[in-house]
Amino acid sequence: MSFDWLIKIGYVLLGLFIVLNYGLLQYGVIRRISARIGKRIGVKVYQPYIDLIKNYSFRSQITHGVMFYLGPVFRLSGGVGVFLFMPLIFGSEHFSNYSFSGDLILILYFLFFGMLGMALGAGEGGHPYSFIGISRGLSQFTTIELPFTLAVISLAIQYHTFSITDIVAAQQGGIMHWTLMTNPLATAAAMLSFLGMMGNSPFNVVIAPQENPIGPPTEYHSTFLAVLQTNRAILGPVEAILMVNLFFGGATNWVSLIIKSFLVFFWPVFVGIVFPRFRVDQSIPWFLKLPFVLGILAIFLI
Amino acid sequence: MQEIIERISKVFSVEEVVQQNNHQWFITVPKKQALESVTYLRDREGFVHFVLLSCADWIESGKFQLTYLLNHPVKKIDLGIRVFIDRENAEMESAHYLWEQIATYQRELYEMFGINFPNSPRLTDPLLLEGWDNIPPMRRDFDTLKYVEKTYFPTPGRKSNDPGTYMKEKLYPNE
Amino acid sequence: MENKDFIKPYYESKIVESPDGEEIKVNPLEDYFCGEAPKSHAPNSNKLWESFLNWARAESLWVLGFGTGCGSMEILPLMTPRFDAYRFGVQMRPTPRQSNVIIISGYLSVKTLKRAIRSYEQMQNPKYVMALGSCTINGGMYYDSYNTINRLDHYMPVDVYITGCMPRPEALLAGFEEMKRLIKAGKGEKANEYAENFEWYKANQKKIIKDWNMPDYNW
Repeated sequence: MSFDWLIKIGYVLLGLFIVLNYGLLQYGVIRRISARIGKRIGVKVYQPYIDLIKNYSFRSQITHGVMFYLGPVFRLSGGVGVFLFMPLIFGSEHFSNYSFSGDLILILYFLFFGMLGMALGAGEGGHPYSFIGISRGLSQFTTIELPFTLAVISLAIQYHTFSITDIVAAQQGGIMHWTLMTNPLATAAAMLSFLGMMGNSPFNVVIAPQENPIGPPTEYHSTFLAVLQTNRAILGPVEAILMVNLFFGGATNWVSLIIKSFLVFFWPVFVGIVFPRFRVDQSIPWFLKLPFVLGILAIFLI
Repeated sequence: MQEIIERISKVFSVEEVVQQNNHQWFITVPKKQALESVTYLRDREGFVHFVLLSCADWIESGKFQLTYLLNHPVKKIDLGIRVFIDRENAEMESAHYLWEQIATYQRELYEMFGINFPNSPRLTDPLLLEGWDNIPPMRRDFDTLKYVEKTYFPTPGRKSNDPGTYMKEKLYPNE
Repeated sequence: MENKDFIKPYYESKIVESPDGEEIKVNPLEDYFCGEAPKSHAPNSNKLWESFLNWARAESLWVLGFGTGCGSMEILPLMTPRFDAYRFGVQMRPTPRQSNVIIISGYLSVKTLKRAIRSYEQMQNPKYVMALGSCTINGGMYYDSYNTINRLDHYMPVDVYITGCMPRPEALLAGFEEMKRLIKAGKGEKANEYAENFEWYKANQKKIIKDWNMPDYNW
């Protein structure tokens, strides 16, 4: 009797644990950097850990029904789902996760799945304006996905596959083989839509705490909020790793993975610090202009 | 400014003219002519900016004194129109059709002094005092200290000092 | 004397017609609010684990963005480079559900007290109250005002008082440090105290809030 599957699960959980800690630390560093730009000292680097523990340690919860429970669960399963079908390290036996059984289409689905579950859950909350937040968030996320999907289609035409592992394999052998060099238009479109995906400043009006209807997370508290925070800590670096895999040649070891995903992760951070927020009616046309056109061109010119 | 007051004196029976400083005058007119004079000042003399509507309680003579303070944006002068109305069953014509914001002032006066302004929009909606069940608190026959002692659990043994004398005793005891 | 029509839809049941023509009965008191008094939640029995959780709670104070009186002006500089309360783990949150500290910043009129109680009750256990300025202690310079309360601790349990009129932001930072010390020592159980003496607090609140047009339990 073989226990390979058990060992596989163990390694996947280990990878998840590493990614979770990596994400929490990254969010601490982000807040530190934005504080330094505002001439502040900023939070401790491990502040996200404390917030997470505190939110898990609330003694009372208020629920508004079954969907209210399931909202954060869907969100978290969306984040974990993206992680599960993503090869962390190319060629590694242990950290390829389940990428052999899932492809880009599945990952695109999981990216949207969390948002939908969140919308259903928040709709059951008591906040009368959560519908505004949901509709704004979903409509913005749809336009964010559009250039990214076009870039993915362009990649599929280029490499004749939807499998991430195969796409990474085709990029091996030096920087000139990266999609960045071979298909710069698709890279540009995807990186612009990545700005929106990460939920940093120019496009974070749907989750901005200063907004009166701050949208779906308003009613979520204590453990629900902690689950959402966990998801954010997983989904952030996983999306960065997805970008690394698709456009920057993937990674063959942990060091190159961390360096590359760190740099990709901080591209939206620096953009977000420099630029103020767009309103939703400004950000949606923005995504439908330059990134959309770049995505279309990437398909035609490949 | 004197010309304006002379002109308005010809039309309305101005009872008293007070010059507060170089750019502020107050005139007193009878109740019946109050809103007419305000309209006249707005339309003919250019006092197009409405500053405030306030009230003072002259309990000794049994009167409320309303003041419509107007501002002339070009000449940079203020003119207040004072009206005395009876304290019993106090009532005044509503002026909300002149400037919309007067309706809010009238809500406040209704709440704080109990002055009725018939036909003023949303007059009886509570503005600051939700569920007030006493006499209007800004009337001078309302004893706030007694009300507070009855209602708000005042700290036992609390005492207050006059800041002027207290600081003098503390800082300059020899003088 | 008073026209309460515009607050009626809050708490009275009504029949709403859906787009399909279906009639739905909405009773806000049952649908949106809880019908039970707050419960006291005992701390974890494991002392070591509870002190670890208390450390996390103390180091992550999420303050509800709720300003009353003049003190709200003193809270804003806390987040600026000069004072930078973020480095002490103090952050502002826009919604009472997610925050665990409410700052009553100065005098509290009856109208604001109503909102403050609603916000306080929507926060989750454990929660902490910080009271700023002499107005919350004994009424301060508004001790004989017809519309401001004199002593805050008759209406909600207060963890930390900060004296002054108004306290400087430095005093607020010192107050946060004191609050952290209390929480780490396991003394931040005022939310349970509120639940245990719920009748007394409610009676005091209802004594001055004359038009009680909200349910008794606001969570």
